[in-house]
Amino acid sequence: MYEKDGEKYFIVDSHMHYWNAAPDNWVPGAEQYAKGWIDCFHAYQGLGPPETHWSIEHFQKYSEDDLMKDVFEDGHVDVAVFQPTYLKEWYKEGFNTTERNAEMGKRHPGKFIYNTRWDPRDGDEGLKALRRNVELYGSKGVKLYTAEWNNGSRGWKLSDPSAYRYLEACQELGIKNIHVHKGPTIWPLDKDAFDVSDVDHAATDFPALNFIVEHVGLPRIEDFCFMATQEPNVYAGLSVVIGGLMYARPRFFAKVIGELLFWVGEDKMTFGSDYGIWEPKWQVEGFVDWESPGTEELSDYPKLTTVGKKKILGLNAARLYDIEVPVECQINAAPGALVPGA
Amino acid sequence: MTTQLTAGLRSAVLAALRTVRDPELDESITSLGFVAACAVSADGDAQVRLRLPTYFCAPNFAFLMVADAHDAVSALDGIRSAEIVLEDHFAAEVINGGVAAGAGFVRSFDGEAIGELHQLRQNFLRKAVMAGTDQVCRPLVAAGADPGALARLRLAEVPPSGALDRLRQRRADLGLPAGDDAPLLIDPITGSGLPDDAVPLHLRRARTTRVNIEANSGICRGMLRHRYDTPGQGEEDA
Repeated sequence: MYEKDGEKYFIVDSHMHYWNAAPDNWVPGAEQYAKGWIDCFHAYQGLGPPETHWSIEHFQKYSEDDLMKDVFEDGHVDVAVFQPTYLKEWYKEGFNTTERNAEMGKRHPGKFIYNTRWDPRDGDEGLKALRRNVELYGSKGVKLYTAEWNNGSRGWKLSDPSAYRYLEACQELGIKNIHVHKGPTIWPLDKDAFDVSDVDHAATDFPALNFIVEHVGLPRIEDFCFMATQEPNVYAGLSVVIGGLMYARPRFFAKVIGELLFWVGEDKMTFGSDYGIWEPKWQVEGFVDWESPGTEELSDYPKLTTVGKKKILGLNAARLYDIEVPVECQINAAPGALVPGA
Repeated sequence: MTTQLTAGLRSAVLAALRTVRDPELDESITSLGFVAACAVSADGDAQVRLRLPTYFCAPNFAFLMVADAHDAVSALDGIRSAEIVLEDHFAAEVINGGVAAGAGFVRSFDGEAIGELHQLRQNFLRKAVMAGTDQVCRPLVAAGADPGALARLRLAEVPPSGALDRLRQRRADLGLPAGDDAPLLIDPITGSGLPDDAVPLHLRRARTTRVNIEANSGICRGMLRHRYDTPGQGEEDA
């Protein structure tokens, strides 16, 4: 929980990681990719305030204690959602797997939500693994990388029939939240891997599922916005937006937030720190303090109020993940605010 | 004498590189700081080294930039050979070899790519047209032009500006109407003019497209600066 000027903010970090990208986890023969990947992530950290930068050694592998301090003790986060990234071609134990996350999280009950993953190209075996993960970890969400290269296949689409089997399984297993990574990726080489039209189809055909497009489709924010505005169950995941722009490019940050408020709306935007790329502390505090500069070029964007910030920083994700929010952090607890149903 | 000659050639090479754009950011590779080094021998052998913000920048765009740089430099008078080398990139070897051999994208990435990059380039030119539309229209709207007036405006009637020249060039590149009589506002796919009631949404979309390009460009510059602490060749005078 974060408190500022008498306002209480319930914080859900809906997109964060616990990885090991140190040399001891690099797959022999793939060292340049394992190193290139984590170096690239480290460069993203460079977009945050200098006093929050880590050495590359620390960045490659941070400890459980580091995470608990950075995210919960210092970072104001109440509940954090682990989003796994496997990358087993490059990292022996995976970059950050559901298993690794859960093994750590079990020592901190109530703090974490364990999302898992699937890949439709894994067929029946993948479906079994998905069921197992839901049983073991109670996953209510998945993180999907549609552009991952797999046995000669150059990526897949959420609208593929094979993916629909998995989406049907998600519904059946109680998985509600489909986080889709449409951000920077490597394969396939020749297509524009950032295309979001498949999310559009799947969101229409699976109205009971929520589709959270992480990094708001960066570097294709406009395609994402034009799609999301038509789909009630498509959300904007703000990971990278706050971390990558708020400090480094404040003017563009104001514009991107304005665009998202216009096309997507404050009820469908969710905060994610992308920890360990960026620590949540400066992002949460900075976002609560943030005000649009109010220049002419920003004047016709919707205004972001304290209520909107509360929704984005935690209440929207709490709704998606059925997280109980303390009464004092709920919007209807604020003086003069609307009561439910009014 | 030789020094003057090579200095002149080097300027010509940098000027040629300035015409090469990152298709995604619609900005020159020199002003983005992507030109790490540029040298020309007295015999006219040009050597250019390019760098990108990350090791994993999309290889399709990287390929286009290296290939375009090769074409632009090779076409110069006085240049006997052009060697363009992309550095510090996971696909550098394949891209550099492919461009040097004039192999095209599909042959360079044998078995991993199924289409040449023409369509990709077209898609991004269309985005550039939308972003440029916002640049040109924003001052007109601020000066009080309403949707109907904008829909009727011809290119020749728009006050001259760098942004306008650029917009017309991008439209011409795509084969869209770019002459004096062409409407300022067009559908970027069909090239036809817009009815009045389509103008507000069109302008909204144009602005979002521009915001996206600017935000990406900001992130790319930040990442590049983190990776390299030296300015690119030709970056400051772009």
